[in-house]
Amino acid sequence: MASAYLIATFADPEALVGAVEAIRARGFKIYDVYAPCPVHGLDEAMGIRRSRLPYVTLAAGALACAATAAFEFYAAVFDWSLNVGGKPDNSTLAFVPIAFEMTVLAAGLATAGAFLLRAGLFPGSAPKLAGPPVTDDTFAVALRWRPNAFDTGEARLLLIESGATDIRQTVGDL
Amino acid sequence: MAESLQPVEDPNRAYVGAGTPPVIAPGHTFGTVTDKISAIVLTRRTPLGWYAGFLLAGSFAFLLLVSLTYLVTKGIGIWGNNIPVGWAFDITNFVWWIGIGHAGTLISAILLLLKQTWRTSINRFAEAMTLFAVACAGIFPLFHTGRPWLAYWLFPYPNSMSLWPQFRSPLIWDVFAVSTYATVSALFWYVGLIPDLATLRDRSQSRAGRVIYGMLAMGWRGSARHWHRYDTAYLLLAGLATPLVVSVHTVVSFDFAIGIVPGWHTTIFPPYFVAGAIYSGFAMVLTLAIPIRAVYNLEDFITMRHLQNMAKVMLVTGLIVAYGYGTEAFISWYSGDKYEGFVPMNRIFGPYAFYYWLLITCNVIIPQALWFKRVRTSVPVLFVISLIVNVGMWLERFVIIVLSLSRDFLTSSWGRFAPTFWDWSTLFGTVGLFVSLLFLFLRFLPMISIFEIRTLLPEAKVSDE
Repeated sequence: MASAYLIATFADPEALVGAVEAIRARGFKIYDVYAPCPVHGLDEAMGIRRSRLPYVTLAAGALACAATAAFEFYAAVFDWSLNVGGKPDNSTLAFVPIAFEMTVLAAGLATAGAFLLRAGLFPGSAPKLAGPPVTDDTFAVALRWRPNAFDTGEARLLLIESGATDIRQTVGDL
Repeated sequence: MAESLQPVEDPNRAYVGAGTPPVIAPGHTFGTVTDKISAIVLTRRTPLGWYAGFLLAGSFAFLLLVSLTYLVTKGIGIWGNNIPVGWAFDITNFVWWIGIGHAGTLISAILLLLKQTWRTSINRFAEAMTLFAVACAGIFPLFHTGRPWLAYWLFPYPNSMSLWPQFRSPLIWDVFAVSTYATVSALFWYVGLIPDLATLRDRSQSRAGRVIYGMLAMGWRGSARHWHRYDTAYLLLAGLATPLVVSVHTVVSFDFAIGIVPGWHTTIFPPYFVAGAIYSGFAMVLTLAIPIRAVYNLEDFITMRHLQNMAKVMLVTGLIVAYGYGTEAFISWYSGDKYEGFVPMNRIFGPYAFYYWLLITCNVIIPQALWFKRVRTSVPVLFVISLIVNVGMWLERFVIIVLSLSRDFLTSSWGRFAPTFWDWSTLFGTVGLFVSLLFLFLRFLPMISIFEIRTLLPEAKVSDE
């Protein structure tokens, strides 16, 4: 879906965060911000909500822990109980290490999987770049332009005041 | 070191004093960091030295292939293992390699949670080292089963024999611990690589580079929303890897501690194994970091600060290990059990006493030199000490495994172990495999995390209003 964007680039994160705050304060809606590294304070400036990823981790871990413990109990007590040196069939403590390892395994896979899924990242996914230098040394803010959505002149002025090094309009898919 | 008086913004500085070398040399910008690290990978001309090193390492990896092929055709009788010494070089090598891997996870996960920014320049290749070490470790128990093609029997799956693995056995715990460790380490490493793969994709001059790095980068575009989730995911994975790394060597120690063999049946094993793992792992990171930073001119990123900090970690974990040796000997006397009491006597005066004293020299006596700043700041001396500790930690596992098994309860069942050519060839073969994989990693992936180094730069700092 091709749209028109106004892309402003910045040389350092300090200017970027300032610009994001200024743009939002004036009522413009930011389409996205691009950075070559995580920027401290950008999440708050953009108003991004706290990620719910930890709930996925917790759920996957808890589920795997319970399922593994239950399975070990089933296999060792009900399905095929073996007397090994007179130890009880339900040697609960001995079931802990595997239940723990499976908890970590499931939680790790679910966390990474949920992150990639939610971010729409997969092999072959097109890199919708605001310009190649955003993976090198440049920071960028993108505003999506719709007819009458915002005053381009005012937006440009605001971005220049905030320290943008370059402003350009592009049509494409970001 | 005059330039060390103006270190970059660094939270550690408050605690370690102003004279400490910086974690990154001054004068770098976002652009120079990207250029310097990605150029090693994206250069069109592979250095001749790389080919020479890869050929040498590869020939040892080939020796591993030959050894394992011969093992499969003849059986594990080609090794020196016997009754009573049923575990020997194979399990010694397994524990040694797994232990080496632990430093990678410690650096990448635990130091991340502790906000130790100096970890940033060494975490990537330390994690790679973890993966390769775990791969080498896995070979030993797998082939020691004698029939590696039936190794899947170790996992619970519905089968026509309607049998389940014995979940009360520490060897089965080990299967789960090591396979989880390998998977989660790979995951953590890969997630950490994604932004750097995108950098390589966008800078690569060749079509193949753009396509391959592009597939691997999975469309990463540096979006702030992605970074937000990325940071959360990375922290969560670090939080998971932290208890995992402690659990893995604990479970490895259970392989011994759950048994009743004198010298194995010891409650101090879990913490003492974990400390030993970190000790040997940091020794290996130093062994690798010192030549790599010199060959690739990475002294700007892997500074004296890193080498000194790693030396300090080695000193501390080495002391914990030494304390473990002391406790082990004391408790075997204090227990009043004559079989346990025999263990330290056998180690000190028995037929393998030479190896025990060599172990004490390598692991306890020589590393005490690290107390001196002169030693910690001398790169060649650090390199030699790291090699000595690697050998010492291998000897420690040999002493625990072979000495305990060779002389247990009944004198009539005592025996001796002598390694064969194939024992040695398999050990050196895995070293060759490890170094070969490392060479491939250095050539094709950024050995230092580019995006994390960017966050260390003074210009990355955003002041709080």
